[in-house]
Amino acid sequence: MKDWRYWLAEQRGTLLALGIFFVMFVIYTSNHPAGFTANVVQTASNKGVLLAFVAMAQTLVVITAGIDLSVGMIFTLTNCLASWLVIGTGIETAFGVVAVLGTGLLCGAINGAIVIYGRLQPIVATIATGAVFFGIALLLRPFPGGSVNEDLADALTGRLFGVVPASLVVLLVVVLVVWVPFSRSVLGRAAYAAGSSEMAAYMSGVPIRRGKFAAYALAGLLASIGGLFLTFFTYTGDAAYASGNTYTLFSIAAVVLGGVSLFGGKGSAIGAIFGALAFRTIGDLLFVFDFDPLWQPLFQGVILLIAVSLGAFALFRVRNRLEWFL
Amino acid sequence: MSETTIGGIANRMPKFIRRADPAVLTAFACIVLLLFVGSLYSRSFLSPEYLLQQLKVASFLGVIATGMMLVILLGQIDLSVPWSVAVGAMMACAAAAYGPAGVALAIPFGIFCGVLIGIVNGIGVAYLRIPSMIITLATNAVAQGLMVVYTGGFSPQDSATGAMRYLATGFAIPGLPNAVIIWALIGAVTVFALTRTGFGRAVYGIGNRERAAYLSGVDTRRVVMIAFAVSGGLSAFGGVLLAGYASKAAQSMGDAYLLPSIAAVVLGGTSILGGRGSYLGTVAGVILITLLQSILSVMQMPEAGRQIIYGVVIVAMLLLYGRAPASR
Repeated sequence: MKDWRYWLAEQRGTLLALGIFFVMFVIYTSNHPAGFTANVVQTASNKGVLLAFVAMAQTLVVITAGIDLSVGMIFTLTNCLASWLVIGTGIETAFGVVAVLGTGLLCGAINGAIVIYGRLQPIVATIATGAVFFGIALLLRPFPGGSVNEDLADALTGRLFGVVPASLVVLLVVVLVVWVPFSRSVLGRAAYAAGSSEMAAYMSGVPIRRGKFAAYALAGLLASIGGLFLTFFTYTGDAAYASGNTYTLFSIAAVVLGGVSLFGGKGSAIGAIFGALAFRTIGDLLFVFDFDPLWQPLFQGVILLIAVSLGAFALFRVRNRLEWFL
Repeated sequence: MSETTIGGIANRMPKFIRRADPAVLTAFACIVLLLFVGSLYSRSFLSPEYLLQQLKVASFLGVIATGMMLVILLGQIDLSVPWSVAVGAMMACAAAAYGPAGVALAIPFGIFCGVLIGIVNGIGVAYLRIPSMIITLATNAVAQGLMVVYTGGFSPQDSATGAMRYLATGFAIPGLPNAVIIWALIGAVTVFALTRTGFGRAVYGIGNRERAAYLSGVDTRRVVMIAFAVSGGLSAFGGVLLAGYASKAAQSMGDAYLLPSIAAVVLGGTSILGGRGSYLGTVAGVILITLLQSILSVMQMPEAGRQIIYGVVIVAMLLLYGRAPASR
């Protein structure tokens, strides 16, 4: 009898994010001129999935009580790389996809090595590596351009059986292949433990370094899947500084909305996915209500501000003032 | 055995070197190295005019990094610098469009807007206990949204006032740019505040252990709030100076100041965990970063290469002396 209560308490953040997303999506589709059709769902899911991948990447790092301010730049870099490599015959395209994903993994591994083995603070280290990744992206694509295997792109951003958006299916597959095994493995538990209390985890003989390293490296991989999808979506590569920064920022917003604790050790990538979808839907609400698009950055900023301020409600439960200073 | 030898050598050195932070010394050594590398590239690199020009460019970063240093000493970080800079510049230029009173109040108004951003940050960090990294990112996004709505997505057409241009490019003392004097004044006030006032002691105390500072009777929340407000105000003032330098404000003018300001503070030996660091180090860090940028542009490095070298150098220098102690 108690089991489901524990489960509910553990998944509260995820369920809340699911609820927010559901309500927002209902408001969105019911006010959309075209209504709830396969087309509307497909467009919404294609846009949402991009952020969902980056948000999953951010989740992995945030769980270890770190932060990765370079996810947006890995996303941009792999987008530029994919616009060169993911083209040509089937085998060439497959090779390109592997190369792009490998690059993402490598970028994440570099972040992890610098933060864990170099013992630098994640904020400063990932801002600096982000500059490097953006520089490489700019080398690859000084001007927007390039192309992509359009058959593959159309297949992955289209619909399966005319109804189900293919991008959602890919997202599900990635969750099953990357997130579920990781979160259930020893390394995944080590990442959670390191975020919850690094000292206690170390004393208990948990492999915290390997766990954190795996989290950073997989974050790079997930960000590169996002970059790959951006290429499928736009057919081009574009080294845009503002876009990379925006994705980093939105990934943090999505993680917070998804109930992942920024102090580490709590939350799941599933929650972050719903957080990302909810954040995108909220941003798009302006369009269905015919607001000037100029207001969108302000609207999203205010939502982000409200989302991060919600965490402050925990203060009202604090009995001892010394607990302010954790 | 070896410790006594090192102690013996250290005792024979002049007192000011013994007392100096090794990180600050490393930073100054890197400055000398950069000057040497630069002089190999171009004869004019060591000429007084060129160095003074570099110091002038450095003073914009110096003003912004001063605020960043205060916040980092608390163990926090201010990621709202890009749009605090832009807000300061845009609002000062906007005020200038409202007649003589607007022209007179342009600079205070720009700084005031930056202080407002800083106060929102401060309330979030000090009273709502939101991690500073997150709340400052959020206020940065809100400030950007406000400016996009205000300007309609284009760079504003209002231009800087004469006073702003004078502060950024004029010479009150012949041969010494005003911007450098301003940086020196702000630096002097900061050094005084950090080393001679209760506020400064509270800042270092909070950076070391906020709980202990609170139990010692320091109103830690007010101190944190003031530090963030000062940081926002100084970022905006940096923006005002930059607008005076370029004689108008631009959308993304602040983007180029986030990483450099953090890097300058951290390379100057201030611990990113807070509680440790000196203003002399920040001065060294600012000059170091400015010289690095200058050399890269003298070498006509394209933007891409500049970003890469920049990131690599910062990581490398941090690995040299910015590492956290090995736990356990």
